[in-house]
Amino acid sequence: MTILVTGILLGGTYALIALGLTLQYGVARIMNLSNGETLVAACFAAWLLFTAGGINPLWGLLIIAPLGFIANGAIYLGLLRPLVRRASSQGMLEVDSILATFGLLFLFQGLMHLAFGGAYFNYQFLAVPFDFLGGSYALNRVTAFFAAVIIALALYLFLYRTRIGTAVRAVAVDPDAARLVAIDVGRIAAFAFALGGAITASGGVLLSTFYTFNASMGAVFVMKALIIVIMGGVGDVRGAAIAALILGVMETLVASLIDPGLTLAATYGLFIVILLFRPQGLFGGAKG
Amino acid sequence: MTRSVFIQLILLALVVLCFAALPFMTEGFYLTLAVNIALYVALCTAWTLFSGPTHLVSLATAAFFGVGIYATAIGVEYLPFPVVILLGGLAGAVFAAGVGAMTLRLSGVYFVIFTLGLAELARQLVTYFQTKIFGSIGLFVLTDHSEGDLFHYLLALIVVIFVTGWLIGRSRLGFAMRVIGNDELVARHFGIEVARSKIILFVISGAFIAMAGAIMAPRYAYVEPASAFNSTMSFLVVIMALLGGTRRLWGPLVGVVPFTIIADLISAYFPEHINIIIGLGFLLIVYLLKDGVSGILLKALGSNRLTRAQGAKP
Repeated sequence: MTILVTGILLGGTYALIALGLTLQYGVARIMNLSNGETLVAACFAAWLLFTAGGINPLWGLLIIAPLGFIANGAIYLGLLRPLVRRASSQGMLEVDSILATFGLLFLFQGLMHLAFGGAYFNYQFLAVPFDFLGGSYALNRVTAFFAAVIIALALYLFLYRTRIGTAVRAVAVDPDAARLVAIDVGRIAAFAFALGGAITASGGVLLSTFYTFNASMGAVFVMKALIIVIMGGVGDVRGAAIAALILGVMETLVASLIDPGLTLAATYGLFIVILLFRPQGLFGGAKG
Repeated sequence: MTRSVFIQLILLALVVLCFAALPFMTEGFYLTLAVNIALYVALCTAWTLFSGPTHLVSLATAAFFGVGIYATAIGVEYLPFPVVILLGGLAGAVFAAGVGAMTLRLSGVYFVIFTLGLAELARQLVTYFQTKIFGSIGLFVLTDHSEGDLFHYLLALIVVIFVTGWLIGRSRLGFAMRVIGNDELVARHFGIEVARSKIILFVISGAFIAMAGAIMAPRYAYVEPASAFNSTMSFLVVIMALLGGTRRLWGPLVGVVPFTIIADLISAYFPEHINIIIGLGFLLIVYLLKDGVSGILLKALGSNRLTRAQGAKP
């Protein structure tokens, strides 16, 4: 029971990170491997605000999420849009964007390593026990989970209840058809990429409240986020949320029952099962 | 025609012989550098065998390399070194076949993501089994092979890789790969078994990379998972190969030599900055050197040839 709840609490934060990535890949069609660096940068930003300014990370969200939006938007417009324009096919864009975002991953990781060193960071925020159904959990994890749920719900309502949200989903389904109904695909793609960055940045802020982070952990997180996105079905918000919870529970299970050194192996096991049996994602229909 | 091919072969053999004499002329720093360059030439050329025609960015290099290192670490006490190298290649081939069978039937993105964490996965699994079953993490590799010996083995491996690549280029498989690289849909309509061709090529490439790992194992002396499965190597190989260009078999060669020297200097003077260099390397390739240095060379040569041909035609 404790394992299940801990896993779900962890999964909530994973869900936000993966939602950011699924927006970027599903709508803007860019597999952003440097997404993990947005996450790590947000962790450091929250840490700086908390230790230097005494700002509560939940208020910090209001500063850091817009920054994530601006930074990712700038990356898309400045670096990735030329690749989109140049690409003659989806395959070429895939190769180009993978290489370019790898470059960004290493560049940002190197820069953050220069700025903060390789040490592990954390800070004390709401580190008090919270009792629930006979188990005891850290209050910061519970708070992070509920904040993640609220953000994910807001995103869901935005995508399914507003005009712009509908346009975003239309581009995810078929960019060519979206153009036919007078949607500015280029602008929506840039907007979705930036929004994905903001969501991931929020995930980073929440993660930093209970997790020990360092400058070089971005790659591991982007790996997990990618697997969640594939498991949930590319561009599928509900699928990503549920897949994140599954991964969180699975990881906690393996870490507490078998060996904490095998979390990635657990993730991979899940990935292999998905690849073999449901490569279109948990809720995806058969592809044509 | 046959005569000119014959002369070219003799020239190539002479070049290889000249390189083989290198360890007798120099030692210390320059020999180590030469071994590094030879290693990356072998790795990048083997990588290009698969990733060149398929355009699939494989990040599995470090995983195969580590498998090779472990083959030597386990086997070298009982078997002669060349046999161990071949066994390492076999282990790499089996590993590559498994990974390929799972991922190469699906779209390219899955393959890239899967190989991205493969070295890390292998590290975790090997660490787990070594500590749980054997009780210790490391293994000693004690041989009396000098750097010069390693260089000779690597040179032999490079020759084998080049010959294999040349043979593949002239075979049905090579032709199939060119069609697949240009348009997979067309290839499928021609009755080419796309997934199977890719898997075969991936196995060949993985086997060679594992053999390179098996050759290099004596240099480590003490093997542990964290040093054997080093993911940075996968990225370096991708950058060097793409920097050189993957359109021709000799393309990666052009990228490896300068980049190994630069990477060596940087890791000697600014060890903290290697990630920044890798990042800039990727960006440079995507934005400025689309076809690599060899692509630029070919273009320059090609336009020369073209103008000459046009000049000859009145």
